[in-house]
Amino acid sequence: MKLVTAIIKPFKLDDVKTALESFGVHGMTVSEASGYGRQRGHTEVYRGAEYTVDLVPKVRLEVLVDDADVDDVMDVVVKSAQTGRIGDGKVWSVPVDAVIRVRTGERGPEAL
Amino acid sequence: MTLSAGDTAWVLAASAMVLLMTPGLAFFYGGMVRSKSVLNMMMMSFVTIGIVSILWVLYGYSIAFGDSGSSIIGKLGLSKLGSAVNDLTYNGAGYPIPVLAFAAFQLMFAVITPALISGAVADRTKFLAWGVFVAIWVTIVYFPVAHWVFDFGSKDATGAGWLAAKGVEDFAGGTAVHINAGAAGLALCLVLGKRVGFKKDPMRPHNLPLVLIGAGLLWFGWFGFNAGSALGANGLAALAFMNTMVATAAGVLGWILMERIRDGHPTSLGAASGAVAGLVAVTPACAFIAPWAAVVLGVVVGMVCALAVGLKYKLGFDDSLDVVGVHMVGGIVGCLFVGFFGTKAVNSAYADGLFYGGGFRLLGIQALGAFSVLAYSFVVTLVLGLVINKTIGFRISSDAEVEGIDLTEHAETAYDYGSTGGGVLSGGGLSLKSSHAAHTEEVSA
Repeated sequence: MKLVTAIIKPFKLDDVKTALESFGVHGMTVSEASGYGRQRGHTEVYRGAEYTVDLVPKVRLEVLVDDADVDDVMDVVVKSAQTGRIGDGKVWSVPVDAVIRVRTGERGPEAL
Repeated sequence: MTLSAGDTAWVLAASAMVLLMTPGLAFFYGGMVRSKSVLNMMMMSFVTIGIVSILWVLYGYSIAFGDSGSSIIGKLGLSKLGSAVNDLTYNGAGYPIPVLAFAAFQLMFAVITPALISGAVADRTKFLAWGVFVAIWVTIVYFPVAHWVFDFGSKDATGAGWLAAKGVEDFAGGTAVHINAGAAGLALCLVLGKRVGFKKDPMRPHNLPLVLIGAGLLWFGWFGFNAGSALGANGLAALAFMNTMVATAAGVLGWILMERIRDGHPTSLGAASGAVAGLVAVTPACAFIAPWAAVVLGVVVGMVCALAVGLKYKLGFDDSLDVVGVHMVGGIVGCLFVGFFGTKAVNSAYADGLFYGGGFRLLGIQALGAFSVLAYSFVVTLVLGLVINKTIGFRISSDAEVEGIDLTEHAETAYDYGSTGGGVLSGGGLSLKSSHAAHTEEVSA
């Protein structure tokens, strides 16, 4: 099993969610995040005082998937989240040792 | 003279409008500070309403408007408003409104002036010290200065304030309210020193919609402030009303135009600030200039104040919310503007300014009014601030300041953060104390 984590632009969340649902992913965890990569931040001006805001608002999306699906799921996320402009985000996967569904106690791939 | 129902109705309504300016100011300032100090910022305004109102009915009205025969200070004694219930107002001339309506109207000015100062010392002022400061400051600074500017003398033509007697044209308080508060703000922020992290940490406004609500309330209430100062429902009130409207509109445009030129973007904070700058500048001028001149005044003060607020970074004083840059500078601009654009064509009872053939006489008087109030307010506030700082302490600890003054001074936080919608996380582990919890159970049982 793998944990796929994607950092995406907030306004792309609906597109990514829809794409993942139609691919057959039936659950995900979404949280608000902030950070920067190559995009860096932006400048805001208040009464003439300039502030550099380093951290840009992003959405962090996490999905647990079976080993066989991991490449496809990552492709789906990349396709649906892409605008081609700087700041589109990143997707990565890491191996997961164990998963248990809390309600039933099922373990492993059955719990996904 | 018999009581005029129309005039009385207008002055009472105007008084309520001026009162609304102080909660409006609380929003205006509250939105501009960081989220950890918004409640303290708003509380400084609200507690000022409490303190000054009581002092006013006790003795404040008497110090400002009581008849002592002195041009420096009114009568030192109790206001005794209860014995004046059936009297009509006399202030240089007779007005067919009850003394109590006049006293209520003037009370609102006494309330908002110290509240304006609070913006200079945001995030770091000990609440008790602020209360003590307000009580003493209105007593030794505002009440006497109001006498100088707003008291035109009793029926036997004595006891007019010395600036009023000199012919300083300050219709609604460019000197007594705005320059006064601005100079005091400068003195006080020098006494307290800079906020922790000034010029280093970002201190951007935490809620600009709140700032805009505040600016809107101030704008609305200011019609009471300026047009109400006619003390009657008449042509002078209408002139002040119209000038207040157009100068403020022009102030918005002047400020955001300057931002567009200098920074590239017209900002909402700039629009709100420009409105207030326009309101401040038209306050002394609104009954003495033509509406077209009010437009010029608004644009000029919007642009000047947009530049003036940058001074604190260059000179290194932490006037946190620009009380100096907006109220002191805006007040000076408005007062001096009358010296140029004041005209008998709109108000025959007063003098012509430089551009209407009056020469430099009026301009000189206006400058005298502006700078004598500035100097008195700055010096007395500086001394008072230092005394309070040495005795009970004026500033919270830097630990408390970093943690947030809302929590340390008031044991409250303004916002229930967290996007999970009222769940266990959003309260940050908040739970009722056991005594309250037990009580709640009893009630529900």
